[in-house]
Amino acid sequence: MVNTKMNLCGIEIDNPVMPASGTFGFGYEFAELYDINVLGSFSFKGTTLEPRFGNPTPRIAECTNGLINSVGLQNPGVTDVIGQELPKLAKCFNKPVMANISGFAIDEYVEVCKQLDKCDQVGWLEVNVSCPNVHNGGMAFGTDPKAAAAVVAAVKKEVTKPVIVKLSPNVRDIVAIAKACEEAGADGITLINTMLGMRINLKTGKPVIANKMGGFSGPAIFPIALRMVYQVYEAVNIPIVGCGGVSTAEDVIEMIMAGATAVQVGAANLVNPYACRDIINDLPAAMEKYGINSLEEIIGGAH
Amino acid sequence: MIDSNMQIASNKKIADKTYEMVLESSELFQSQGIEIKPGQFVNIKIEGFFLRRPISICDWSENTITIIYKVVGKGTEKMSQMLAGDSLDVLLTLGNGYDVTDVTERPVCIGGGAGVPPMYGLCKSLIAAGKKPVAVIGFNTESEVFYEQEFKALGAETVVVTADGSVGAKGFVTDVLGELGGTEYFACGPEPMLKAIDKTVPAEAVGHFSFEERMGCGFGACMGCSCKTKYGNKRICKEGPVLERSEIIW
Repeated sequence: MVNTKMNLCGIEIDNPVMPASGTFGFGYEFAELYDINVLGSFSFKGTTLEPRFGNPTPRIAECTNGLINSVGLQNPGVTDVIGQELPKLAKCFNKPVMANISGFAIDEYVEVCKQLDKCDQVGWLEVNVSCPNVHNGGMAFGTDPKAAAAVVAAVKKEVTKPVIVKLSPNVRDIVAIAKACEEAGADGITLINTMLGMRINLKTGKPVIANKMGGFSGPAIFPIALRMVYQVYEAVNIPIVGCGGVSTAEDVIEMIMAGATAVQVGAANLVNPYACRDIINDLPAAMEKYGINSLEEIIGGAH
Repeated sequence: MIDSNMQIASNKKIADKTYEMVLESSELFQSQGIEIKPGQFVNIKIEGFFLRRPISICDWSENTITIIYKVVGKGTEKMSQMLAGDSLDVLLTLGNGYDVTDVTERPVCIGGGAGVPPMYGLCKSLIAAGKKPVAVIGFNTESEVFYEQEFKALGAETVVVTADGSVGAKGFVTDVLGELGGTEYFACGPEPMLKAIDKTVPAEAVGHFSFEERMGCGFGACMGCSCKTKYGNKRICKEGPVLERSEIIW
């Protein structure tokens, strides 16, 4: 029997696999397809203070081994997330969930985090300072070490639950930003959000996406995500949640060897709604194949 | 929704760049908990392409579905080259579809181009429910016309319209609606066509319009195909693709 258990910021998870924010809604719709309690956890749809429709459509463009999305943080706002979505989730998921939070000002991050911090269902607060699809916020906080640290410090003062900062790969020095977040009190780091990308429709000669650019995700970015996890692992002492193009059990193991304690799966869910269940099912055999008894023992093993 | 590995029973060209594919399941849909409504769609994984291709259901039986698709890019081009006996990974059934339980006696069913196929399954369901639907099917030109005989064989009054007048009435589907009358309209096609129908038919008429949008997942997870309605945000793939005329914000 192999051991897939991990400990993410003081909370034990049965396995490291968790759907990434924005690819799994608030979970209950996937619960119609399979028992989502097989998941380690999942990060729910990015939540803001006010309801948001998001960007104009088209919001999706296909790419080789991936897709670009420009959803723009569509969500019902924190009040409805707590009042409507989380009760629906409670009926089908009995593990701590990761709350994903976005904002356009530090005060807004703090307010949303404070409200979600009070929810028993929430295990971790994943603070997204890296959405490429909204102006005046999102990624702006995640591309500057001082700004990212300011968000973390402000949130940490007001909450009790572990704060995990989700960082953008669209930066010159990911290590500097990760270190700044750690120094500001972050309990963990998620690497990486989507990469800024675009496609042009050859028939119209114009960008496919209404917002022109969007976040590129999928298997094509896996090596970049893995590299960033590897680099940041060398520089920080807090756990890393690896994310970016993961679609197989082998990818999960690679991420852990690079330094991840938990591994998020994003784009793969959109193509195969059973992707996370399949990866979790495949994980023990993949571990045995490579002589791994315990995932915890191989965290950062590639260093 | 199920993820089914379906066999291609047939895949043939029926008009310019337009193909009819029959997909077969080894099990009956009912035994898999699947019920099919007209206007719903399937989402097909094509080897070598990341996203699935959403395609509306034209017709179905206890273990087959018929889809009609137009070759618009590399993915559909690859589909057009597939042969009977090949298999495809299909998510079905998706979207809300048309409700045929409470429909007036003589609804008008309007399809434009790639919006024609779901009108076939709809007319079939309406006729089974004892209604007398009128099918208005619009195309650009004669070489693109398909299923005229199939609609007629169902027993539906069928009006063909082509933009260049090479077959049937000349012009747009909206040009023939006046003489057909009607108080209830079903429609599927490009948004400009749906908008034109909305402007043409009587203000008090009931309308059920099926919309297209670029989709990520096709089953409600990614919020890629959201739209605003008078009753809040909806996902074209989940709460749609059929929206009620009364809720649409044009």
